[in-house]
Amino acid sequence: MAQAPALPTGFELPLEPRLPRIGSVDQVAVEARATDLSRRSIKRESKVFALDLAVRMMDLTTLEGDDTPGKVAALASKAVRPDPADASVPSVAAVCVYPNLVQTARERVGDSGVKVASVATAFPSGQSPTDLKVAEARRVVELGADEVDMVIDRGSFLAGRYAKVYDEIVQVKEAVGDTHLKVILEVGELGTYDNVRRASLLAIAAGADFIKTSTGKLSSSATLPVTLVMLEAIRDVFEETGRRVGMKPAGGIRNAKQAVQTLVVVHETLGVEWLTPDLFRFGASSLLNDVLMQIRKEKTGRYQSPDYFTID
Amino acid sequence: MAELEQRGDLTPAPSAWEYAEAPESRDIVKLEERYGLFVGGEFVEPASGEYYETIDPASEEPLAEIPQAGPEDVALAVEAARDGFANGWSAAAPAERAKYLYRIARILQERSREFAVLESLNGGKPIRESRDVDLPLAAAHFFYYAGWADKLEYAFPHRRPKPLGVAGQIIPWNFPLLMLAWKIAPALAAGNTVVLKPAETTPLSALLFCDVLRQAELPPGVVNIVTGDGRTGAALVKGDVDKIAFTGSTEVGKAIQRELAGTGKKLTLELGGKAANIIFDDCALDQAVEGIVNGIYFNQGHVCCAGSRLLVQESIYEPLIEKLKRRLTTLRVGDPLDKNTDVGAINSRQQLEKIEELVAAGKEEGAEIYQPPCRLPEKGYWFVPTVFTNVAQSYRIAQEEIFGPVLSVLTFRTPDEAVEKANNTPYGLSAGVWTEKGSRILWMAERLEAGVIWANTYNRFDPASPFGGYKESGFGREGGRHGLEPYLAFDGVEASGG
Amino acid sequence: MAERGGRLSVKKTYKLYIGGEFPRSESGRTYEAEGQNVARASRKDVRDAVRAARAAQPKWAGMTAYNRGQVLYRVAEMLEYRTREFAELTGDEAEVNAAVDRFVWYAGWADKLAQVIGSANAVAGPYFNFTVPEPTGVVGVLVPEEPPLLALVSRLAPVLVGGNAAVVVASESRPLAAIELAEVLATSDVPGGVVNLLTGHHSELAPVLAAHMDVNALDVTGSNGDVAELERLAADNVKRIVRGSAQDQSPWEIAGFLELKTVWHPMGV
Repeated sequence: MAQAPALPTGFELPLEPRLPRIGSVDQVAVEARATDLSRRSIKRESKVFALDLAVRMMDLTTLEGDDTPGKVAALASKAVRPDPADASVPSVAAVCVYPNLVQTARERVGDSGVKVASVATAFPSGQSPTDLKVAEARRVVELGADEVDMVIDRGSFLAGRYAKVYDEIVQVKEAVGDTHLKVILEVGELGTYDNVRRASLLAIAAGADFIKTSTGKLSSSATLPVTLVMLEAIRDVFEETGRRVGMKPAGGIRNAKQAVQTLVVVHETLGVEWLTPDLFRFGASSLLNDVLMQIRKEKTGRYQSPDYFTID
Repeated sequence: MAELEQRGDLTPAPSAWEYAEAPESRDIVKLEERYGLFVGGEFVEPASGEYYETIDPASEEPLAEIPQAGPEDVALAVEAARDGFANGWSAAAPAERAKYLYRIARILQERSREFAVLESLNGGKPIRESRDVDLPLAAAHFFYYAGWADKLEYAFPHRRPKPLGVAGQIIPWNFPLLMLAWKIAPALAAGNTVVLKPAETTPLSALLFCDVLRQAELPPGVVNIVTGDGRTGAALVKGDVDKIAFTGSTEVGKAIQRELAGTGKKLTLELGGKAANIIFDDCALDQAVEGIVNGIYFNQGHVCCAGSRLLVQESIYEPLIEKLKRRLTTLRVGDPLDKNTDVGAINSRQQLEKIEELVAAGKEEGAEIYQPPCRLPEKGYWFVPTVFTNVAQSYRIAQEEIFGPVLSVLTFRTPDEAVEKANNTPYGLSAGVWTEKGSRILWMAERLEAGVIWANTYNRFDPASPFGGYKESGFGREGGRHGLEPYLAFDGVEASGG
Repeated sequence: MAERGGRLSVKKTYKLYIGGEFPRSESGRTYEAEGQNVARASRKDVRDAVRAARAAQPKWAGMTAYNRGQVLYRVAEMLEYRTREFAELTGDEAEVNAAVDRFVWYAGWADKLAQVIGSANAVAGPYFNFTVPEPTGVVGVLVPEEPPLLALVSRLAPVLVGGNAAVVVASESRPLAAIELAEVLATSDVPGGVVNLLTGHHSELAPVLAAHMDVNALDVTGSNGDVAELERLAADNVKRIVRGSAQDQSPWEIAGFLELKTVWHPMGV
């Protein structure tokens, strides 16, 4: 990823050459398209594959003020072995925690292959001076995080100060070096699909490896139409530049059915290449157990009870 | 542009997973072996003694035997309609007429799934469309016009509206039940009785509709259904009716207009189209692609108002065409009863041959053809969604209505040029405009010679929204307050048609 | 209500209808009407009813007109089914039939108002200009004393068709049909809060409704007291005052509860 020079203030995008046109998104049409896609019904074998994939794509998350080492340790164990009763269920992709819990998480996941992702940049609000946010990002990498989930400065974005938002992402990317960087747009605060598209393209131009919908702290988060808009932005970047950027919906996907619907949308919009944890993640906490229940239902033919799945 | 055409296969990599077959069950529909004509509230055998077979175009499987109504049968039906009019319907209180129509609407809603399956079986359209579009709209039309039946004086103040008497109605095969609703609902709301002839290839939903009339306890003779081919229609046109309403090809429409000349019978026509779907460079691009796809591949392109001519502003041509071609590769052609199907079967062998002929002409005249890789079933009538680029205004595929899943792409530079090209056709049914700029939408709408203009959407219908064409796409409007006018007589001014 | 064949009947409790539920008056008071104890609503019940109406109105107005029409038709379906009960209560079957037909009549207007009351306007300039009717919001309705069912329906249906929510003060002397109608509404897919029904003394309730700053219009057709005073109170938030007919039906009855919004947009390339 080339170094991007600091922008003079008052300028908009883009510096990255050959950026796709920002353009507009029609709300009525995009919501209708998302509804249509959600009604696809897929073969049972494909559903089993999708559920297994959903587990492998999960970032098991706890981001609470009352997180303790004990809580995170339990989460990490579940991440490594989601279903103690079924060894064939794979580990999840990552655990996602606050900076203070990174070391605990690191110790507990060990060399299982599960990554440790940490939030940074004054998560969730982002309302903090840039230098502090950049320093935080650098620090969590030192503490052992494999992945950094940062938030964009929505206040600046909504005030039209796109250059400032862009700058910050560039600086954070610089600070974390090769570490995988997810940029959270917080779509629930952006107001329109037009803004979601604009923010997506801006984040990608600034160096995001992944764009992520939400912090999970708002009640409205990753809806299917919003996911579709972000995937379309990713596709446009790929068509224009050949670069593959990942996507992560967070919050709003609470059950296996929604997860599978989301994967259908990914499949139809971006194709098979994106159906991998390297390019798609689910940010979730309660989703995992519902997916495990569905997996066991597919294997045994019986509807399941939550009692048989651990809460960690 | 040429470089783009040679970009090669835009199919995504082979899928790791496929969509399931999600067939809607046929069991909900009970078919008779042989049907009768519905005259005077009963099913009767045709005096002609003739029957023909109706089939499922997706499999060519015969479904039932249908009467071929002859001139005598049509005359009997018209007489029954006259009786129905004189003995009750015209004298019935408008509020009571309204309640019959409300009953019909509600019963259609309740039996919606049954009708949707039958419609897809007999006509070839995907179940998703018959279930989500045709049936809800058909019920809505009856519900909407029920509300007008006892409010005519507000629809036409000072004009003292009265029913005409008996209306003869001839409908096409592309939306069989919906076209029936578009015709019967306003006619009855205005106080008329009707004789309706469904299309030759799609009679079944109209015949099942007679059972709804039985459940609604509609008085005999108010609605009469005569089935058959073009000869039946011709007999109806010549019959003792006060009005003819026809939806179908422009060619037949002109013949009917000639036939009725000098007779004083009122006429409305809803004919063919070659709509321009106009894409400006500031459109919402991905949604415009969906709109284009919906505009021409919805209902296999068997739509009079289909967006069959794509007019793309040159400045957005490359990205648009690329996205369009990619989108075509995700369209699923197949069993109409499969809930995952996007594009169903072509309605008849005759129509398939017409499409093939025009596509061959397109290739011969020099247009470039693109068809996504697509596995078609062995039996039945199918055509792959097709795009022609490098189309000139004079090519047959830019001038003639194909009535199939075939899109012709032309370009333009300025709004003025778009208007010029869009209007350069004897047709004038509909048009599409895609731009995020509101003032341009209105400027274009003002200049396009079309009866229906869709901005940033396409193929949207509603019983409250008047629909009909300019120029050779016909005259008269269906839907809205305006849709009542063709079925009423007024004190004072008479318009011949419309 | 009477004993049948030696079996003691279960007596009905007549309550208010607020926010889709049937509470008693917060004051705990009742009064006797038509031989029954009927809730005597208080100013706080009025407050609660207006709050419920305001909360429910945007959703009702946001439904498609077709949908609203279908809901009102459903009310007619439910009411028709209970014709005998209502006829017993009102003593007049013809009145009940007229009430059902009136709901059907008004139901059919929902998706036609824009074409009859609205317009596209030919302004002298390159502008597209159109006028659409919109509901005024929350409407207070004072129902005439008689006839007990038809007067209520004649005043309520036009309020609802256009997308308004209503706070209705029923006939004081003959409130039972109104409460039964509330039960019909509760089973007809009418969203809770769109109609709120209060029984009690008009003299207590009407001034509260007239003075309430969050009520947009007041239908005084059934006012049995000092209308001038109500109109004075209503002026404080410029309420629309409507006097309509308890007998007739007309789209202009609906129009009294509609605002008109005109929109301009240039037409240019």
